[in-house]
Amino acid sequence: MFKLKALLNHPLHELTSDVDEAVSPERYTLLRRKIIALMMAASLIPLSVMAVLNYFEHQSAMAREIQNPLRVLVNKTKNSFELFLAERSSTVSLIASAYTYAELADERKLARIFTVMKKEFEGFVDLGLIDERGTQVNYVGPYELRGKNYAEQRWFQEVRLKGKYVSDVFMGFRKFPHVIIAVQHMTEDGRTWILRATLDTRQFERIIASMSLEPDADAFLVNAQGLMQTSSNYYGKVLEKLSFPLPPQTFEPAVLTMTDPLGREVFLAYAYFPEADFALMAVKPRGSALKTWYTVRGDLLFIFVAGVAAVLFAAMRVTDALIRRMKEAEERRELALRQVEHSQKLSSIGRLAAGVAHEINNPLAIINEKTGLMQDIIAMQPDFPAREKIVAQVESVLRAVERCRGITHRMLGFARRMDVSIEELDLGELIAETAGFLSNEAMHRKVEVSLDLDPHLPRILSDRSQLQQVFLNLFNNALAAVADGGRITAAVRPVAGSGGEAVEVRVEDNGCGMSEETLKHVFEPFFTTKKGKGTGLGLSITYGIIKRLGGEIAVESTQGVGTTLTITLPRGQREALA
Amino acid sequence: MNAKDWKILLVDDEHEFITTLAERLELRGIAARVVFDGESALEAVAAAEPHVMVLDVLMPGIKGLEVLERIKRTNPKVQVLLLTGHGSTRDGIEGMRLGAFDYMMKPLNIDTLIEKMESAIDYAAKAAKASGPAGA
Repeated sequence: MFKLKALLNHPLHELTSDVDEAVSPERYTLLRRKIIALMMAASLIPLSVMAVLNYFEHQSAMAREIQNPLRVLVNKTKNSFELFLAERSSTVSLIASAYTYAELADERKLARIFTVMKKEFEGFVDLGLIDERGTQVNYVGPYELRGKNYAEQRWFQEVRLKGKYVSDVFMGFRKFPHVIIAVQHMTEDGRTWILRATLDTRQFERIIASMSLEPDADAFLVNAQGLMQTSSNYYGKVLEKLSFPLPPQTFEPAVLTMTDPLGREVFLAYAYFPEADFALMAVKPRGSALKTWYTVRGDLLFIFVAGVAAVLFAAMRVTDALIRRMKEAEERRELALRQVEHSQKLSSIGRLAAGVAHEINNPLAIINEKTGLMQDIIAMQPDFPAREKIVAQVESVLRAVERCRGITHRMLGFARRMDVSIEELDLGELIAETAGFLSNEAMHRKVEVSLDLDPHLPRILSDRSQLQQVFLNLFNNALAAVADGGRITAAVRPVAGSGGEAVEVRVEDNGCGMSEETLKHVFEPFFTTKKGKGTGLGLSITYGIIKRLGGEIAVESTQGVGTTLTITLPRGQREALA
Repeated sequence: MNAKDWKILLVDDEHEFITTLAERLELRGIAARVVFDGESALEAVAAAEPHVMVLDVLMPGIKGLEVLERIKRTNPKVQVLLLTGHGSTRDGIEGMRLGAFDYMMKPLNIDTLIEKMESAIDYAAKAAKASGPAGA
């Protein structure tokens, strides 16, 4: 309120610049931030939630997508191993059942059988017949092992107990990794012997190679004690200890995530063999396995960031537009409010002026009548003493009364108590006529008064006498401002006004101009720079009349350069005149 | 009609003003009765109908425009000249709408006032003449 009152002390032409001060920029900055934050929150919270859910859903789906093939591959390879061992084991069993001890003890016969075995099944290295005391009685193969006794070896004990035995990989006498398959056979007379075949574990390597793993992946066999049964690229050579703990035993293929001894995050797919003491393991680094996921994640992140940027951009643009409109609306409201306040101020002063004029007019009328009576009495008595002197005094009083009457009427004029009489008029003609009233003084002071009247001026609907008063005021002010020999120009031209066709009048002088301080108060009632000479009502009344006639008035002035008053009048009349 | 025969009623609450005005008129041979409020004006008109009534708009009690309205109902031939001290043409125009002959602003020019009185009386006479045959 205080601010508003303070602003009312400024003239109208300053209102536009004052508006910027009235509307706090901090308020809009804060509001802008709040709106953007709210819009961002409203948009980004669901977007973020969706992005996070999508992220984990995708990650989980991708993990399943990666783990399942690995699990299937391990299962398939395990089956290959089991089939490989089962075939060889069955072959050895079949031979043990199909041939007698004597036949198998026959060197030539065993050699022929071994040749057939090698031909039909890859991987057999040698074949030997071992009697119940553990002595190898017949042998076909690349080594000289006939007569070798195995009675003290664990596998011999196991096969004696279980009847069939598939060993872990071991070096044995042959000094290369191999697996033995041993089958015990009992003749009808209760005599037992063992047929024993050695398998080359290169077949294992071939089966693992058939898994076609990526270079950074690995697959290998381990036994239940964690000894490598095949070579691994990363976790140890044959018969070395596996460099990480064995996973829980399961015959169904399983996948788990772990950090390997090399510090890599890996998927470990594995399955234990039910018929042998082996577990097949396949290791795949998460990085390479999730390469597709990382690409998808990058895309998701890009989409999210782009979405956030788009939301931010849209929120800022929308908010800026919103704030701009609010600001404009507030500025318009402030301006309207100030105009109303300004008008109210003028109106209040007008009412005061009317009251003062009324109060003055009545005693003035009494003075007028009394003086008139005195004049009458003197006039009726030709020999009235000191007649001439008294008549002069009476006339002086009457002139003073007339002056006062003029002032009160101008005050009343300011109070807008003069009627508006609308007629169609030629503004150029009116200005020329008004300028003519001042021609004597202008000529006397050698002031050049020039008129620039557009020949295509439209006729306007307005009040002739009030406009005459306005232009008389403007010309009087201009004459007072210019020095002798100065210049006053009045230009009239048609323009496009805010409410349609309009006519603009510019009264320009090259007089002393006004200071910024004077400009601030130029339209205020009782403000005058003509010390003791002016009533201070001229420009204020002018302002009131122009406003009443639906027009606009503006003033520009530079001290020492001159002043330009611009009046714009509508071609037609507005409701404001009603 | 000769000015001496004019019947003038002056109504204003400003005693000094209206009595001085009456005196000045009298010096010019115009007899004027003076009253100081609206009620007295109505009574005076009822007692003796004047040709012209000079009536102030702003008075305590019954306002000038109301007096005018009532007189125009009871005594339409009375010509009324309104006086306004606050310079508003609005009251003057409203008064003329109610039947006033004209309005003047204070301070007055007595010659102008007498001219208007004369015009009013002439107008009343012409109006009476015009309505005479119709009323007969």
